Amino acid sequence: MMNLSTFFQHLTNGISLGSLYALVAIGYTMVYGTLRLINFAHGDVFMMTTYFAFYGVATFMLPWYVSFILAIILTAALGMLLEIGAYRPLRDAPKISIMISAIGASFLLENLAVVLFGGRPKAFPSVKLLTDSIQWGTVSIQKLTFVIPIVTIIFLVGLLYLINHTKTGMAMRAVAKDYETAGIMGVNVNKTISQTFAIGSMLAAVGGIMWGLKFPQIAPLMGVMPGLKAFIAAVIGGIGNIKGAVIGGFILGIGEIMIVAFLPSLSGYRDAFAFIFLIVILLFKPTGITGEKIAEKV
Amino acid sequence: MRKMASVLVSALLVGALVVSGCGTQTPNTSTTGSSGNEDVIKIGVFEPMTGANAAGGALEVEGIKLANKLYPEVLGKKVELITVDNKSDKVEAASAASRLVEKEKVSAIIGSWGSSLSMAAGDIVKNAKIPTVAASATNPLVTKNNDFYFRVCFIDPFQGKVMANYAFNKLNAKKVAIVQEVSSDYSIGLAKFFTDSFKELTGDQNAIVGVANYNTGDQDFSAQLTNIKAKNPDVIFAPGNFTESALLIKQARQLGIKAPIIGGDTWETPEFIDIGKDAVEGAVFSTFFTSEKPITPESEKFLAEYRKENPDKEPAAVTALGYDAYIVILDAIKKANSSDAVKIQEQLAKTKDFPGAAGMITLDENGDAVKDAVIKQVKNGKFTYMDIIKAQ
Repeated sequence: MMNLSTFFQHLTNGISLGSLYALVAIGYTMVYGTLRLINFAHGDVFMMTTYFAFYGVATFMLPWYVSFILAIILTAALGMLLEIGAYRPLRDAPKISIMISAIGASFLLENLAVVLFGGRPKAFPSVKLLTDSIQWGTVSIQKLTFVIPIVTIIFLVGLLYLINHTKTGMAMRAVAKDYETAGIMGVNVNKTISQTFAIGSMLAAVGGIMWGLKFPQIAPLMGVMPGLKAFIAAVIGGIGNIKGAVIGGFILGIGEIMIVAFLPSLSGYRDAFAFIFLIVILLFKPTGITGEKIAEKV
Repeated sequence: MRKMASVLVSALLVGALVVSGCGTQTPNTSTTGSSGNEDVIKIGVFEPMTGANAAGGALEVEGIKLANKLYPEVLGKKVELITVDNKSDKVEAASAASRLVEKEKVSAIIGSWGSSLSMAAGDIVKNAKIPTVAASATNPLVTKNNDFYFRVCFIDPFQGKVMANYAFNKLNAKKVAIVQEVSSDYSIGLAKFFTDSFKELTGDQNAIVGVANYNTGDQDFSAQLTNIKAKNPDVIFAPGNFTESALLIKQARQLGIKAPIIGGDTWETPEFIDIGKDAVEGAVFSTFFTSEKPITPESEKFLAEYRKENPDKEPAAVTALGYDAYIVILDAIKKANSSDAVKIQEQLAKTKDFPGAAGMITLDENGDAVKDAVIKQVKNGKFTYMDIIKAQ
């Protein structure tokens, strides 16, 4: 049977994957929390970041940290552009229209990436400082395994502070409750929503960079699966709830690894388990494990 | 509560649509030269240009285009290549093949990189009676019971044996672990043939100590590899798509797995080295051809032209095979003295001792070529020739 060090190796693998899901899920859930919009283009925004970072290093010869920061800024701008182009005109339309528009935006970004960057995968720049492994007995841990959860926690705390203790956050919460009334009360609704998208996209960008460092292969369709996994993580945690998204991300990541660890013959069905888990959550606890009651706006 | 659930379920379904939606767009068609012309013979090129296998498809198309440039005419007519993208997707592959057959009315088809994609087109070309030549699809099922599917490469029972022999004789392996791409017929087939040969060589029914599975497009292999590491194999055999394999080898090294990792012909793409970097140094795999050992005068011709166009790189084996698939079809058209698909098929089936860039081509009763295998290794960031294994 499995010995302790193998189990520990699996656990660190799970935490590493889970924290990545969590990081992407935070941005997903934040946009949903404010706008009640499932932003299907989130995964594709995430993909665009990795290309920005790639070209920054490969074509413009920037040091990796400059390129990564620029990529994050560009992605925030892309998120705002997306909101202005694809979602703002539909703000008063039924929710389903915006959702379809989100899918359209997702296809647009994917195909744009194929045209602009080509269908062949590219290698994400590697940063030795972060991607080396540390040997600990027979357990081998990549430095990123420590970096990603720390980054996730920093962004979680920062975001919670922003939402609960700043004016911008208050405006976001007001818009989330009822944007028409918030507008009447003097909140600049367009600006607040733009900010929400900028922050959500920046979170996707940070997730994308971490993803690229861990799995250094980028392709136009690379955002689809992480986007769906982050969506699952967000739903598990209770969509709209930021702490829930982090918990959901860890549950999903560790769960996926443990399924392969304990049932190796089923390792080809790993993604299927993630989706089955989603369906079970939706059937039995649709508000997610945080169980927060979400006021329905109709 | 219930409403919330239904909204989320519908979101999930829409999400599923997004995923499958990638496979339902109309294929891109690019035509070269004039079309709808009586003086033109159309050959369809059916390859993955986007998606997981895009780099493999691009390498084959490179060879096909090169051949078309050197031999642009047959029977006094211009040969027009019609390229369709099968998007590395089995469903899309079937519709791309239908498009070539029904809309473009091609006389013959070349493709596809990837056995699963070729198999998806199998029934379509068989029913339409359009001769099709795969360049590098190695799964035996591609041509089995299909008189219209041929290939200019060897098949996986041979390749599996070559790598099993390599592991047993050269690496002195007694215990091997297998990591396979379950969504790929190529990977599953090759892993099976390797397993059979290796068990026979060692005489040990338990010589395969572990089997781990993954899907095309997966990026995290840490759990599978941790399981394999606990089994402590001498060698890991991991046939699969190049990007997934590169990530897999990288993660194996990060987890501290020291065992040699060996694979099959699909690894030979620039992306394998770009993505794998230092981690893929020393990786060994079998393939079809090496530019260091030209076999026929046609090889020389191919190499000269390739080096003229690409002064800074050497051709991949599948590029040579793409070239061969084209010239073998052209030869059949010449012998048939017609662009009629069925007549071309009759001549293709009779192909014997035809000098191709990647060796002499003789098609057996299944339409498969019998050829030597080449073993290559990644050395200093380049694919380098190690050995040639004779076909028996």
